[in-house]
Amino acid sequence: MTESREQNVTGVFELENVSVTYGSEVAIAGVSMHIPPRAVTALIGPSGCGKSTLLRCLNRMNDEIGSAKVRGRITLDGADIYAKEMDPVELRTRVGQVFQKPNPFPMTIYDNVAYGPRTQGTRRRSELDEVVERSLKRAALWGEVKKDLKKHAFELSGGQQQRLCIARALATQPEVVLMDEPASSLDPISTQQVEDTIAELKEYVTIVIVTHNMQQAARISDLTAFMLRESMEEPAQLVEVGETRVMFTNPGDKRTEAYITGRFG
Amino acid sequence: MTAPAIRRQRVGRSVTSRAADSIVRRLISLNGWAAIVILAAIFLFLAVNARRALEEVGFWVMSLGTEWYPTIPTPRFGFLPLLSGSVLVTATALVLCVPVSLAAAIFISEFAGGRVKEVTKSIIEFMAAIPSVVYGLIGIAVVVPWVRATFDTDSGLTALSGAIVLAFMIAPTIVSISEDALHAVPNSLRQGSLALGNTRWETTYKVVVPSASSGILAAVMLGMGRAIGETMAVLMLTGNAAVIPDSLFDSVRTITGTIAAEMGNVVQGGLHQSVLFTLGLVLFSITFLINLVADLVLEKQRRRWQR
Ligand SMILES: Nc1ncnc2c1ncn2[C@@H]1O[C@H](COP(=O)(O)OP(=O)(O)OP(=O)(O)O)[C@@H](O)[C@H]1O
Ligand SMILES: [Mg+2]
Repeated sequence: MTESREQNVTGVFELENVSVTYGSEVAIAGVSMHIPPRAVTALIGPSGCGKSTLLRCLNRMNDEIGSAKVRGRITLDGADIYAKEMDPVELRTRVGQVFQKPNPFPMTIYDNVAYGPRTQGTRRRSELDEVVERSLKRAALWGEVKKDLKKHAFELSGGQQQRLCIARALATQPEVVLMDEPASSLDPISTQQVEDTIAELKEYVTIVIVTHNMQQAARISDLTAFMLRESMEEPAQLVEVGETRVMFTNPGDKRTEAYITGRFG
Repeated sequence: MTAPAIRRQRVGRSVTSRAADSIVRRLISLNGWAAIVILAAIFLFLAVNARRALEEVGFWVMSLGTEWYPTIPTPRFGFLPLLSGSVLVTATALVLCVPVSLAAAIFISEFAGGRVKEVTKSIIEFMAAIPSVVYGLIGIAVVVPWVRATFDTDSGLTALSGAIVLAFMIAPTIVSISEDALHAVPNSLRQGSLALGNTRWETTYKVVVPSASSGILAAVMLGMGRAIGETMAVLMLTGNAAVIPDSLFDSVRTITGTIAAEMGNVVQGGLHQSVLFTLGLVLFSITFLINLVADLVLEKQRRRWQR
């Protein structure tokens, strides 16, 4: 019973010995981990340890950085995403991303959310209406904006803009949503709202989130991965990955404990 | 003992820096005022010299007149042949130039890598530095024979010839200002679009270009202002027939060309001279308005990304 359910669920990442170099600098090396579906996986670690770099491997946004080179093997639902026949543009409709600073497009709320589906070829008004409504509901923004979907996105508050960006990412019906410090530019109330949204999203998508906020990682994630770069001369590595509850109460590695409890440089 | 010393130092510094600040600010506002005074002075100067024509011929008689015969015994001072010459040459130049210039700006800003970008940018800067007489000479040597041969016109000195050369002359303005506007679009928007499964090209025409649209519009308007005001190359290439043209293959005479060609042969203080000053006044007003609108549009765009 559970077996068959597992098989239908998509959005499973498998990383084997992944390393990334920028020119001659090896940023991360030897990362292997399993990212389970319909769960929140948090990436934590000090600044510069390669969290964003690792996240960008998962939707091949590193392809857009000329000097970046990714090695190792990453599969999504069993398929190698760096294989020749994998189209990165198509991959990104399956693996959405929300950025650190809200980046709505300079257009209406409606057009922002409909942007992805339109690219995918959805033209029918009724269909678009439906996707926009569902995505905004899932991003917990519908109630606040349903009256004026024609409003310019720049007129929303920062927190609303970020939830709009989440809705925009959800509209292509991705299996995975990557979030790079999605709440770091928001006030506490907006942060709370985004966190609540993430908790509800788990039902539909796999979430990988980068955060500097330990309480946030503890509150919202099921799995935590701790990355560390011991010195600038060597690449960052994955120190450990495990269930968040266990990591935060009984970490397996001294360095993890030191970081979580805030005793880290 | 140290505390008051520190405080005194801090006060001292803030007094001098405040003084420097206010001097700089006064200089800047002085510049702004100087610009306004100079513009007003130019306008007044033109208006004073145009007064005789405005009184003796009348603004509307000149503006709506269809004939330009300034030297016959009962002269006709109708601006429409010259206005239509300017408009035809400018509009054609824009039609030829804008699509290519926009493509070039998009290429430089969105697709060209370091080396290619530098080379294209310096080519465009070089194009801007060529004197307009040189453009005129190149036009006579290359464009005029080509137009004569291809379109089977008598002389090849046509509105089209002027427009083609003018297109090259205003391209640097349009390319570099729209490139600035595209460049000013925050990278986070490109990233956002790419991450939604758009190609670079889709990202460019669906997000980047619309985001820069007001700047691009301003670029086109500034190019248009340059085209209307350009004198030398147009004078050399358009054949100088002050007649309302039927087609692109007619010879035309622009406002600027008329002023430049006739100013040397008029009686000081005479009616003809005063009419030419009126033409200058019309030209000045047109370019001033175009530049003003373009500046307002650019300012609006600048404010947009400051949120
Ligand atoms: N576009 C890039 N070009 C070159 N090097 C880069 C680039 N992006 C990141 N790096 C390098 O890779 C390393 C990891 O950077 P990354 O941004 O992934 O760290 P991070 O863990 O996300 O840090 P932060 O918490 O500050 O966001 C750094 O040493 C950085 O200098
Ligand atoms: Mg980062």
